[in-house]
Amino acid sequence: MTGKSRAPNLMVFGVLLCLGLLFLVLPAYHAGNLARIMVLAVYAMGYNLLFGYTGLLSLGHAMFFAAGMYGLGLSMTGWGLSPVPAFAVGVGAATLASAIIGFLALRTRGVAFMIVTLMFAQAGYLVILYFGAYTRGDEGFVIQQADRMIAGIDLSGDAARYFTAFILFAVCFLGLAWLVRAPFGRTLIAIRENEERAQMLGYDTTMYKLRAMIVSGAISGAAGAGYALLFGYVGATFATVQYSIFPLLWVLLGGAGTLIGPLVGVFFMFYLIDISSAVTSAYMLIAGLALVLLTLFAPQGFAGELRKRVFAWLP
Amino acid sequence: MSDIKSNKPLFTRRATLKGIGSGVGAVAATGVLPGSLGFAQAQSSEPISIGFQVHRTGIGAAYGRWYSRTTEAAVKRINDMGGINGRPVKLVAEDDGTDPKRGAEVVEKFATQYNCDVAFGTLFSHVVIGSAPRAGELKLPYFVVSEGHHVASGRLNRYTLQPGITDVKSQVKAMAPFVAENLGKKVTMIFPDFAFGHDHRDYFSAAIKAQGGEVLETIAVPPTETSFTRYFPKIPRDTEVLYHVMVGPSVLTFVKELGEFFGPSRPEIFGFIDSLEAVDIRSPGLEFLNGTYFWEGNPRHAQADQSPYDKNFRAAVGVDDRGASLSDSKDVSTYSHMFGCWETLNVIKKGMETAGYQGPADRAKLIEAVEAMTDMAHSDDHPQGAKWFDGKTHQVFGHQYISKVEDGNLVVVHTTSIEDGMYDDEVDYTTRPL
Repeated sequence: MTGKSRAPNLMVFGVLLCLGLLFLVLPAYHAGNLARIMVLAVYAMGYNLLFGYTGLLSLGHAMFFAAGMYGLGLSMTGWGLSPVPAFAVGVGAATLASAIIGFLALRTRGVAFMIVTLMFAQAGYLVILYFGAYTRGDEGFVIQQADRMIAGIDLSGDAARYFTAFILFAVCFLGLAWLVRAPFGRTLIAIRENEERAQMLGYDTTMYKLRAMIVSGAISGAAGAGYALLFGYVGATFATVQYSIFPLLWVLLGGAGTLIGPLVGVFFMFYLIDISSAVTSAYMLIAGLALVLLTLFAPQGFAGELRKRVFAWLP
Repeated sequence: MSDIKSNKPLFTRRATLKGIGSGVGAVAATGVLPGSLGFAQAQSSEPISIGFQVHRTGIGAAYGRWYSRTTEAAVKRINDMGGINGRPVKLVAEDDGTDPKRGAEVVEKFATQYNCDVAFGTLFSHVVIGSAPRAGELKLPYFVVSEGHHVASGRLNRYTLQPGITDVKSQVKAMAPFVAENLGKKVTMIFPDFAFGHDHRDYFSAAIKAQGGEVLETIAVPPTETSFTRYFPKIPRDTEVLYHVMVGPSVLTFVKELGEFFGPSRPEIFGFIDSLEAVDIRSPGLEFLNGTYFWEGNPRHAQADQSPYDKNFRAAVGVDDRGASLSDSKDVSTYSHMFGCWETLNVIKKGMETAGYQGPADRAKLIEAVEAMTDMAHSDDHPQGAKWFDGKTHQVFGHQYISKVEDGNLVVVHTTSIEDGMYDDEVDYTTRPL
């Protein structure tokens, strides 16, 4: 094995090692932030599989995030499930939703695909409001601290929350690191680069895109379920258009089609808002300006530019 | 002098370190060391830090602007009176974007980065519900000014309290006797189709039934709606009272279209002023509201029998007799809600003084001190009126006002008793661990 072929693996394990060790050195506030960032990065990684690797721009991923969130929340509060099976219900709900929407939306392409996914997500949001008797509508509901326990471990504790977020991140990160370099992932990249050529080579591109959508939705749902479990709140806000646009921004900032990009993008955006909101209420203006500058001077995002200029091996 | 012959040092390294250590320890213990004395002084005079979670942007921005002004005025008054336990009060304000995710992050920031003593000031229910779990986990006293029933329902936690404003269940329950006795017993409700509207639907339906009345029809309007004409034909012809609680920018359209639909012959109309907070009642298009009734949390227009406390409150916040800013008469306040910030801060002050609050280690004592509160007298601390706090449910109960619109003025025609709005406890937070 050459040094270059080992580099991606070293990068993957180096990132995980750093994230694991950071808890020991970071102050409580930043450790808490990093737990959030890791969960949101899982959402962004799910989105990246579809957008960055397959080339499908969805504006409806909030629905999958919310499906995971409500799947976990409602099964815990309504059916009394414990966190682990409730998490499975959340991921299952997102998987099912992405399969159905993928089946329908993949009949369209380009801008039409964006619009259709956006409309489905909006319908999902209104469904949450419509069934307010169960979902508590826009208010949402709390998952009590006492219910957020796994094997006697209170997930609301700083260390437990951090390392649960870390495990969720690590599983998705490693899984995607393998997937994007496996034949399946390479086929997705081939579709992104030239779908007609992939079809001519004999690939059933529609089926590949549907699979990508399902995996992407499932990962987004895992992030939603994880977020509800670790932070104790389920709410319709997470199903709004805004939360479909966030992963797009994160991925664009970090680097679409790169493994590390989603984490970098979420980290950058999170702290950009966190720091600027302490200074001015016009913090979204600062965020917008940063995005414009990045689009102008680093159009491929942080990791994308790194791959272009320095580390061509970056997965 | 060391004994050269014995070749044994007079002071060993260990003995020297021990000596220096015990000497410094003894001096420090007596408080003689300037550094330690300086710290003690700094600690006792260090400001009480109140994290103010404010809706500066997002859907709650209009409320947030007035919540900020009221809060700053209340903090100034507290500091002018000598602060809390002799310490000045410092506000740490941060925008939550009226977003529950950001709200939780802001609460976390107050607790772990700014080391605030308490968090305070949240209005919108979804932000409260999204933030409260983190406040409970971090054991940060979280005083909300939301009027949602989420606190008293038992859905939140021991560290979340609402001692400065009544909740929607109480408000709605207190309205039913007046509506049934004075306006009619057959009611049709129009409300936004989300949790706030559903609360009105559920609580008022039960309350009017208890008064021998009935709700003939409930008309839920989706929050994205911009025109309402297609909903009005659903209003039954034998409706005696139309109950409305529309909110958001389309409320002016709602009132205008309602006027066009009914013309001169209309049923009695009763609404919640939430629809028109920060909106001038004399705005063009609102003429149809003349002769209709509104719930008010605090009378926006100064009444003939205005209390001196209300007068002082208006002067401190900078509000004129019509509830608008003294510097801009077009800048109308959210007068039915913002007093809650003022009163909550006074509750925090009293709670900290009762608990002998010194710092974050005393947060549990603060919670217990507030839970032990009951009667709150009508005063400069509580300019909206007297109140009664239920320590078990963490919810305050108070008077409500019903005003009639007369020539563009809101004239109070009825003030409910505190008991009118009381209901059975749904939770006892005091049994939960601190």
